Amino acid sequence: MATIPVGADQPIAAPRAARRSFRVIREAPLIPLVILGVLASVAVLAPVLAPHDKLDPVKPTREQCLAKYTTPDCPYIDNVPPFWARGGGFDTPLGTDFLGRDVLSRLMHGARISLIVALTGTLFAGAIGTMLGVLAGYMGRWWDEIIMRITDAWLTLPSLVFAILLSSVRGPGLWNVVLILALVFWSRYSRAVRAEVLTIREREFVKLAEINGIGKLTIIWRHLIPNVMNTVMVLFSLQVGVAVIIEASLSFLGVGVPPPEPSWGLMMAQERESLMEGRWWLEIFPGTCITMLVLSANMLGDWLRVRLDPQLRNR
Amino acid sequence: MRKYILVRALYSVVTLWLLVTIIFGLVRLTGDPVAMKAEAGADAAYVAQLRQNWGLDQPLYWQYLSFVGRLLRADFGHSFEKSLPVRDIYFERLPNSLKLGFAAFLISISFGVPFGMLSALKVNSWWDNTGKMIALFGLSMPGFFVGLVLILVFGIGLGWFPVLGKGSSAFIWDAPWTWVTFWFRDWAHLVMPAFALGWYFSGAMLRITRSGMLDVLGSDYIKLVRLKGVPERMVVARHALKNSMIPVLTFAGLNLLIMVNVAVVIEVIFNWPGVGQLLYDALSNRDFPMVQGVVLMSGLMIVLLNFTIDVLYGYVDPRIRLSR
Repeated sequence: MATIPVGADQPIAAPRAARRSFRVIREAPLIPLVILGVLASVAVLAPVLAPHDKLDPVKPTREQCLAKYTTPDCPYIDNVPPFWARGGGFDTPLGTDFLGRDVLSRLMHGARISLIVALTGTLFAGAIGTMLGVLAGYMGRWWDEIIMRITDAWLTLPSLVFAILLSSVRGPGLWNVVLILALVFWSRYSRAVRAEVLTIREREFVKLAEINGIGKLTIIWRHLIPNVMNTVMVLFSLQVGVAVIIEASLSFLGVGVPPPEPSWGLMMAQERESLMEGRWWLEIFPGTCITMLVLSANMLGDWLRVRLDPQLRNR
Repeated sequence: MRKYILVRALYSVVTLWLLVTIIFGLVRLTGDPVAMKAEAGADAAYVAQLRQNWGLDQPLYWQYLSFVGRLLRADFGHSFEKSLPVRDIYFERLPNSLKLGFAAFLISISFGVPFGMLSALKVNSWWDNTGKMIALFGLSMPGFFVGLVLILVFGIGLGWFPVLGKGSSAFIWDAPWTWVTFWFRDWAHLVMPAFALGWYFSGAMLRITRSGMLDVLGSDYIKLVRLKGVPERMVVARHALKNSMIPVLTFAGLNLLIMVNVAVVIEVIFNWPGVGQLLYDALSNRDFPMVQGVVLMSGLMIVLLNFTIDVLYGYVDPRIRLSR
């Protein structure tokens, strides 16, 4: 091989890289990105955007009270339908719940909870799982044997069952859900990351680094972790969707985010009776929100997976 | 072959032991079962009594040994609420969960497999895109939302199916004739919960079938068959189908068990008295031994199934049994 001076290819490489990144942006799936973007900005701006408080009932006007209770003064009006149905109004566009709280405002704050819980939980899980996966793959021998045995045992339980077990000793709480998600999901990463590291550690740049006497920690940090990031990112985006569903399920079962916080799953659980009485909107809106969030996370994850794994590109 | 089975059995035992240890450790590290049962400010004597009842006042190593020892004797402890053995309550509920699981399983297979194959045979066609979209929706819509929409539309709106419960037929261990009749009665009650539960898994089935079929269709022996001029219909029916079904069946078996175990939310919505509802009731009653027992049982079932799958694979594929 002819010697090429270091950096000789850089003037050409830079614009090419720029062009490539532009192409990546152009090819990115628009729909999930837009949905995620909207949900994320709603979540960030919820206190500004939300027309009413998330916990306090909406103060009804005199006419509304008269119409419902025939008294001019009442604390709240529950179960107001959305604006297009009879009895609904634009003051509470998506209606009010069983305590007279504005559904739209609660949904907006719910986006906050869902995103915070799912993202931080998956992030912690990803960090733990990646570290252990890299250790198992690179250190080999006993590290590998012990970490992978534990991972296998960990993977045996379905994630929801595992989460329920942990929540039965932790009790409800937002950060408890985050902890549970991290504890349940790390094993998904370590398995995939280990497999990836097993091939990377045989590659020349790792061998050369080893020959040059570079320490193991430096190799892990500088050479292995950057190279498994693709895998981790794909897993991350796919896990976020699952995490949202687990959080909603736990909250639905009453061991996730505690009331009165407006978690989407909790909102659905609290309104189950209202479905039987025909007040569908209290169930459908939070459910649609969950579905949209999970759907776009999954679509993004699928796209990333195809994008980062050329073997799958034509599938 | 015997050596292979022995090794796999050993692995399963190790996995099971690790699982038990993990559950034991995590439960004690992350929280305190007694603190969940006794509210804040509860009587100190009551708390001490609880601790003693559950053996939590013993040293940790002793707790662990007696925990494992009791599990070895298939003793999962006593339910706090009903003061019956967890095992008895569990097996009373299990047939209901199995019925729901089987029905959901049939739905997921009969939907996922044909559509997955269609999608693989016509890659990037209209069929394929529709199939992918449906699979994506299946994986993204939480089961409880599907269940609630079904209740709204078919239960309340159209009134086609009963909304709650499993009907009057029961599986009674002491009455052998119910062992058969149970499975064939009250299907109207089964339709909606089974669909809500099977919904997610049909998406997963579709994906697994599709990628399995694509793998086989791209392999060398299929190319050879095609080169020999065998009509495409025969290529698929005689040569590709069988091999592409191996991963699907493995996955399907696992799915059946997972469905039995993760149906918690669906069972709560439809008031289906299975294992999932047991878990939910235990959660709301803070009946920790019950929760732990149900979780351990689901772990045990899955480890046993994985072992069976490994052994079957060993029979089918000599490369697998010789590589270990």
